[in-house]
Amino acid sequence: MNEIPSDLRYTKSHEWIRTLPDGSVEIGITDHAQHSLGDMVFVEVPEAGRMLAAGDACAVVESVKAASDVYSPLGGEVLAGNALLATQPELINQDPYGQGWIMRLKPGADAASAALMTSAAYQAGLATES
Amino acid sequence: MPYIPHTDADVHAMLDRIGASSIDELFDEIPRELRVDSLPGVPAAMTEMELMRLAAERATQDGHVLNFIGAGAYEHHIPAPVWALATRGEIYSAYTPYQAEASQGTLQIMYEYQSMIAGLTAMDVSNASLYDGASALAEACLMAVRAHRRSQSARILMPAAVNPVWRQVARAITEGQHLKLEELPFDPRHGITDPKSLERFAGQDITALVIQQPNYFGQLEDVEALTQWARANGALVIAAVNPVALALLTPPGEWGVGGADIACGDAQPFGVPLSSGGPYVGFMASRMEHVRQMPGRIAGRTLDAEGRPGFTLTLQAREQHIRRGKATSNICTNQGLLMTAATIHLALLGPAGLERVARACVARTQELVAALTRLDGIRAAFAGPRFHEALLQFDRPVAPLLEALAAEGIIGGYDVSRDYPELGHAMLICATETRTPADLERYAQALRRLLDRAAAA
Repeated sequence: MNEIPSDLRYTKSHEWIRTLPDGSVEIGITDHAQHSLGDMVFVEVPEAGRMLAAGDACAVVESVKAASDVYSPLGGEVLAGNALLATQPELINQDPYGQGWIMRLKPGADAASAALMTSAAYQAGLATES
Repeated sequence: MPYIPHTDADVHAMLDRIGASSIDELFDEIPRELRVDSLPGVPAAMTEMELMRLAAERATQDGHVLNFIGAGAYEHHIPAPVWALATRGEIYSAYTPYQAEASQGTLQIMYEYQSMIAGLTAMDVSNASLYDGASALAEACLMAVRAHRRSQSARILMPAAVNPVWRQVARAITEGQHLKLEELPFDPRHGITDPKSLERFAGQDITALVIQQPNYFGQLEDVEALTQWARANGALVIAAVNPVALALLTPPGEWGVGGADIACGDAQPFGVPLSSGGPYVGFMASRMEHVRQMPGRIAGRTLDAEGRPGFTLTLQAREQHIRRGKATSNICTNQGLLMTAATIHLALLGPAGLERVARACVARTQELVAALTRLDGIRAAFAGPRFHEALLQFDRPVAPLLEALAAEGIIGGYDVSRDYPELGHAMLICATETRTPADLERYAQALRRLLDRAAAA
């Protein structure tokens, strides 16, 4: 069963977004996404300081089956990539919403208007997908 | 492998199944203006009989010439076992297969080849080969841009002393992908890239510096100083090297502090005969930190489910059959057969044998330079150490001399006036271990007669 925490926001392309107390956001891929991709063997995270537009490919997750892009749900400046993933890509499988986070972003001015889904909407989307 | 032709009925059945009306429709995605309808210079199809006759006629024109041209492809002795083994049915295929279950023998050859290239270049990891040295250099430039994530400029410094054909190919392949190859001049006295010429780029965002060792003129670059500059200025180092020379020279993995990031070149000198420009075989090796940006196939050694050692293709998720348009390269097929020949060739020579070949090349070339520069009106263009090639400058155009030598069965050198008009009347000469003292003597005497005759006229 796919876990979909209700305190996060989601995208159609299976990223999750958590707003942190300081206004920055943490981004990762969902439990459903890690399930479909299978065992992670490599994750390429973005460099701090990189400016992203919403929808930019910002990371690559590579599993035994495939390599897929992760898209930035919001525009903004990358504050950090998760350095742990360089040696422990399996954290995405084990803890996709926690230690498996991919990057932290300082959202740009237009980020507020981004169309993000609630957990219920994401859940409903998954249901129609399968 | 069975040959299974498609009948018209087969083709129609397949098209019907996918709802396409014609084969052409399958290519609809490619815009009209990008399609080529005719191939200028390519003659109409011939029958087999006509073709065999033409090929036989052309083959007789080859003759038995005494060759003193290198300029990117080199004549070396190829021990008889190389092609006797490489053409065995079990391994006689131009392609490395795309399926992970490819024969263990083929995979083991790839693995041995990679191990040899990694050892020779002192790099962490090698791929299973690329098309040729020129495309390997182009791929290395693209790879550097992917690998150097802090650099946004896609600017690559490319010395003018790098093989001009390789530069042209690198430009053709990378320009459409927004890379900027910027030329560095060479020092007119030594024919090498002057590290001082890099000073004007200090503090700028440069993605990578290309260093060819030995360079196109056969001269040895100051790889330590050049690598240090790149390190200090945050640029990656792409080494383009002659693999035979690596038996004597510091390998790219040990240049400067930390070594080059990517090493590439042409493995043609290992078991691949000169044949009108190809096919040859490119090699590429890299530091482990960049391995996921390296194009091409990689065979790895592993254990199977029962713990037995075996070989398998690895890191495939970054390749085009999985990653499509975002693959590390979409021209990353390799030269499986020539890679096989190179592996057998190197295995036969061994490190000591390769070093003897390299030393013989250096000695023959020095003797040839000495013999030719004793003649009036010929001088070595550059001072300083060199490997197995040298640029000679003449007091008259070299083309007529080369023509006259060719009439005597001697291919005397490569006229560089088209690529380097600033060097005047100049040709690039090369003598490998295959040239005997008698060969050098014959060349020197023929040239002396030509020059004397011209002086008398």
